[in-house]
Amino acid sequence: MDRSEPVLEVKNISKRFGGTQALKDVNLAFYPGEFHAIMGENGAGKSTLMNIIGGVYKQDTGDIIVNGNTVNIDSPHESQRLGIGFVHQEIALCTHVSVIENIILGMENKHHMLKKNFGKEIIKKTLGLFNTTINPYEKVSNLTTSYQQIVEIARALAADSKLIIFDEPTSSLTETETEALFKVIDHLKNEGIAIVYISHRMNEVFTYSDKVSVLRDGCIIDTLITADTREEEVVTKMVGREISKAYPSKSEIDLSKARELFSVENLTSEDGGFENISFTLHEQEIFGIAGLVGAGRSEVAKTICGLLKKDGGKIIHHGEEKNFENYQQAIDDGIVYLTEDRKIEGLFLNYSIAMNMSAMSLSNVSTRTILNKKKEKNESVRFIKRLAVRCSGADQTVGSLSGGNQQKVLLSKLLAVKPRLIILDEPTRGIDIGAKLEIHRLIRELANSGVGVIMISSELPEVIGACDRVMVMYEGRQTGFLESDELSEEAIIHLASGLKWNEQKNSVGEMSNA
Amino acid sequence: MPENKFLNYIKSFREGTLILIIVALSIVMSILSSSFLTTGNIRATILSFATDGFVVMGMTLVLISGGIDLSVGSVIALVGTIVGQLYLGMGLEIWAAAGIGLLIAVILGGINGFFVTKVGLDPLITTLATMAIYRGGSYVVTKGIPLSLYKVPDSFKFLGRGDILNIPFVIIVFFTMVVVLDFLFRRSTYLRKVFYIGSNPQAAKFSGINVDKVKITVYLSSGLLAGIAGIFSISRFATATPTLSVDANMTAISACVIGGCSMSGGEGTIFGAVLGIALLAIINSSLILLDVPVYYQQLISGTILLFAVSLDYLSNRNKTN
Repeated sequence: MDRSEPVLEVKNISKRFGGTQALKDVNLAFYPGEFHAIMGENGAGKSTLMNIIGGVYKQDTGDIIVNGNTVNIDSPHESQRLGIGFVHQEIALCTHVSVIENIILGMENKHHMLKKNFGKEIIKKTLGLFNTTINPYEKVSNLTTSYQQIVEIARALAADSKLIIFDEPTSSLTETETEALFKVIDHLKNEGIAIVYISHRMNEVFTYSDKVSVLRDGCIIDTLITADTREEEVVTKMVGREISKAYPSKSEIDLSKARELFSVENLTSEDGGFENISFTLHEQEIFGIAGLVGAGRSEVAKTICGLLKKDGGKIIHHGEEKNFENYQQAIDDGIVYLTEDRKIEGLFLNYSIAMNMSAMSLSNVSTRTILNKKKEKNESVRFIKRLAVRCSGADQTVGSLSGGNQQKVLLSKLLAVKPRLIILDEPTRGIDIGAKLEIHRLIRELANSGVGVIMISSELPEVIGACDRVMVMYEGRQTGFLESDELSEEAIIHLASGLKWNEQKNSVGEMSNA
Repeated sequence: MPENKFLNYIKSFREGTLILIIVALSIVMSILSSSFLTTGNIRATILSFATDGFVVMGMTLVLISGGIDLSVGSVIALVGTIVGQLYLGMGLEIWAAAGIGLLIAVILGGINGFFVTKVGLDPLITTLATMAIYRGGSYVVTKGIPLSLYKVPDSFKFLGRGDILNIPFVIIVFFTMVVVLDFLFRRSTYLRKVFYIGSNPQAAKFSGINVDKVKITVYLSSGLLAGIAGIFSISRFATATPTLSVDANMTAISACVIGGCSMSGGEGTIFGAVLGIALLAIINSSLILLDVPVYYQQLISGTILLFAVSLDYLSNRNKTN
């Protein structure tokens, strides 16, 4: 096999979506047996490029060349026929049929009948590589997400692809499965298959890739040999500027003497699955709630806001005890909650930016109960400027924005009610570095201006970098508080796993574990 | 060309396309039949959809909220027969009977709303069941016999049969409501909340909207509008029969969808839906004028619905790609 001839080459590919130039003159070549990573912030154009190669979108200009021939990829099926496999980030399986049927589905079937041992052979060639316990006859809907991801990969393998695109394949895999995946990829490389790998995980890219291409604002900024570069160089090229300081500086005042804004005492909720939560939030403080997913952090927030039923304890806001029966009452009192799931619980994806931003503050943009659309638009334009939302205007549909900009729209929706306390649940999940920095700067500004800020995050560097004080939860209980100078990943992980944490590391011990 | 620009602008919104189709159809029809563009025919056509038009407005609201209400025709029949029975059987004053009828319409809508929100049933199943229950109720109330209401006072007859300046009173009420409701659907904060719920009920909840409460009022309103249609119907036809408006639900859903309502919620306008039912009525009257046997009517309106929905789907798909 000639490894100096590219399997697939894209030349001067450009693509526009309405007012957005998603890709501009992109040139890339993928060689047999090469692991080529593509990195870039969300919205940089990675998915668009891969969807063009995969036949989901059609480029406006430019050529795709497969094995030396210019091809016209007008459907995912055509892409597959040309030997391009696609492992999607969001699982695209038929969940109501079996694993093996999914793997066979979409394979070029010349005889319209399957040979007797065909299934077994395919399973050996695909699932067999993973060393998993997946039963090929199990319904896909009965599998966990990570198993489904493996089936998705197996399907691409079954189709005899010459090039396989992996779009963030490890985001839902466990460590063991991730290792297995890279073994499989290694095997594929030896077979001469070209690997295109999209990921946000620096360490994966730097451990396994041969080349790294960086996309920014729809352009290929550079293609680097991985062995000859460093992480910092890639990040700088991705963001387009040096990242001097990830998080704004923390509060400098003595928080113990600062005014108390908000507190809960022995807050308990059966529906929320937590009990006896007590903490106090001070002025100018960013108070963090850390813990594993399912520890009850979001539930505490939802109970404070009246979204879940409170079974005991007190909620005190600006010195007054509160009992919110529903979320609207909390909003009226100035308490708002930023959901962790912006697409499902946060945004109206088919509506405009303006309609999304005003959803919680309709009374501010209406006279009596009649909306003033001009005012609504002006308000949203104000927020678009303030939060630097990258869009074509207040009328743009929110679903067409990148993750970071969607998050900014969601934040604007909350800020439009002029909150006194804002509870942020995973405020920077799945958004690019640039937007993340901007959001952290905004959060600190809010705290400094006197708004109470509670931040829930699973990302430890974020908790440590952004919060002044942190409460850690484990299985519905609070397991400890950490002051700014006590914050470390080790400390948080210990408390979040139900272990004790003291300054002296020797005294780590098991807490009662029901 | 400026004309093309104008055409493109018209076509850029759903109502524009519908108006173009209606105008084109009217031109063709006025060439084919001399009696198409006569006051008599126009009046008859509008009258034929005005009562169902009230139901269309309620259906628009329900569809925008992401639900569906199949029981509307049955509400018309039950309200009509109850009012008739209160008047004939119990000797109540007709206006008092009508008032009670409207109250019952609201309750019937409320029952739908209760099962959809508090019990959490699917709106399609809920209203499929209440469609049968309410229709069954109207048979029980009348024991299947049509109630003759020709003796009602003139003031009540005026509702469905009276004219003001040669324009039927129903049509005046109907168009007034279209104008007011169309404005409210675009501008009222309450109705904006219905749109939010239809677009994404979870996000609506996390925006502080009391989703259940809004949804219940949506079904209440649908019931009330069907009740109003029922009152106008019995006044117009001077009878209350349990077979009244058997296919009002399907007509209304067709009209809404042709007018741009999305079956998955969050989209639609009153103006569009009313144009939708107007188009269906014009087609029906055209078929009559062209002497097409009555048996073809359903077949043709069904085909039109299928085409309208396909067109909408395809044009939307092209927009997103």
